[in-house]
Amino acid sequence: MSEILQPQSPGIPLPVPTIYSQPYWDGCQVGELRYQRCQDCGAITMDPAPACSACFSENLDWEVSTGLGEVYSWTTVWRPQTPAFTVPYVAVIVTLDEGFWLLANLINCPVDAVYVGMRVKATFVELSEEITLPYFEPVNRETLVGMAADIINLPPDFDIEQADLLD
Amino acid sequence: MAKHPFHDVAIVGIANSEQARVLEGHDSTTITFQAVHRVLADTGLSPQDIDGVAAGPFSGPLTYYMRSGPAWRSHMAPSIPIILDAASAIATGQCHTVLVAHGSAGIYTERASTAPWTRPANEFVVAYGMFTAAEFALIAQRHMHMHGTTHEQLATVAATIRNNGHAHPEAVYHGRGPFTPDDILASRMVADPFHLLDCAMTSEGACALILTTRERAQDLPNKPVYILGGACDSFGPSYQHPPAWDLAGPSGRNNGYTGRWAAQKSFAMGELGPADVDVCEFYDPFSFEIIRQFEAYGFCEEGEGGEFIMDGRIGPGGQFPVTTDGGTMSFSHGGAAVQQLQRVIRGVEQLRGTCVTSQVPDAQVAMCSNGGAGALFTDVMLLGTQTP
Repeated sequence: MSEILQPQSPGIPLPVPTIYSQPYWDGCQVGELRYQRCQDCGAITMDPAPACSACFSENLDWEVSTGLGEVYSWTTVWRPQTPAFTVPYVAVIVTLDEGFWLLANLINCPVDAVYVGMRVKATFVELSEEITLPYFEPVNRETLVGMAADIINLPPDFDIEQADLLD
Repeated sequence: MAKHPFHDVAIVGIANSEQARVLEGHDSTTITFQAVHRVLADTGLSPQDIDGVAAGPFSGPLTYYMRSGPAWRSHMAPSIPIILDAASAIATGQCHTVLVAHGSAGIYTERASTAPWTRPANEFVVAYGMFTAAEFALIAQRHMHMHGTTHEQLATVAATIRNNGHAHPEAVYHGRGPFTPDDILASRMVADPFHLLDCAMTSEGACALILTTRERAQDLPNKPVYILGGACDSFGPSYQHPPAWDLAGPSGRNNGYTGRWAAQKSFAMGELGPADVDVCEFYDPFSFEIIRQFEAYGFCEEGEGGEFIMDGRIGPGGQFPVTTDGGTMSFSHGGAAVQQLQRVIRGVEQLRGTCVTSQVPDAQVAMCSNGGAGALFTDVMLLGTQTP
């Protein structure tokens, strides 16, 4: 059977926000994927930084991404970085529709279904009081979970919406 | 014609300490001192002949314990950049004889985790389980998507390099082979597309080099090796940002081909091209990195690296033998930097003609490299038997 990728459990190392990145992490806590846009040249800067990565202006402001994008590259990891991580997990670089890259993990997807160009959207998982992490999941998760259902021989009347397979 | 910037510089000493998965009874300092004793023996020089020290964190201690002061001291990272720094210091008359050294032991002890220098603490990657293999995998997968590069081609690189180490009596994994590409593909998956045997190992060890003036080199026992070119490309800090193939600024020069511009500068400095290279001592943290470097340095066209390395071209007796001691996959990977200096040491050994195994007959030009696209940097050096 094909495993469905899950978020990591509490206990993994968590981000320590900086004064530049705190608004990004605050956004995650309210389900917003925030990014910086330069008010002088219009370019996006990501990761959050004190200056624009196109023109080095300090005149940056925050915007909210749709959270939609596509997988730019991926790797399925079978040897964990530390025992705190549960394998397999899939690291992806996602090109958000706004045009910036984000590195994260893919979840709610069969482990062998990822491909370059897969449409994904951001989803948020609370790991501690301070940190909610963005993950990505397939936009067409029903299709993909249906594929997994075929593989694990679920009955034809299996109701995907009622299944607790995903949440 | 202007004089070559490194016309008056020669590499006259090389040494490796013992290398092993774990060096019982050693720490980084003691194993570095062993390599220093060996490189002094290789050259017949004494500590009093050294007036420059380039050894990363050991520069201060070595200068003090050898009583080499007042000495020039490098602050560069102990890899190709520190050798270029040492050569520049000699070429500009700041000193005449530089000891380059580095060592690592007793640092990687929590074996359930990946090595500590491979685990980034940056807030945007820390929670996603990233480490070196996953970083380089993201680069390799993108290339495979764009160009159809195959697992079999990656495995061919790994088998070639591991067989070089299998033959080398001083390699940590001496005698572990021989390997076929199928053996590589049969090993367990670490981070797709990399199987265990596509990846570097971890080990402990040290190494050292001595550079001096061309004039002084004439009185020393070893055949001098000259620096024909060298340069460094960096796209930012390693393991902190998404390792995207297409990471680039307005210049359009992309991280996927990091090392291309360093190679072009190095070839221009030495008035050489890829066809002049007899042996490719390329850095081999992961099998795909070799394919990428052949494309980046202009040995083949973009996207053709996977085909290029097939049919024995990079093996013993091939057109471009790679990483002839077994590299980080089989010879040694002594921490964050020792194995990077060892690419240059092997290049020197090839040009001296003293390799016990995998000697490339009559090698005149060696190309050595460090880094990789997953780490956002590549450094390049060209070595030769003739004064540039």
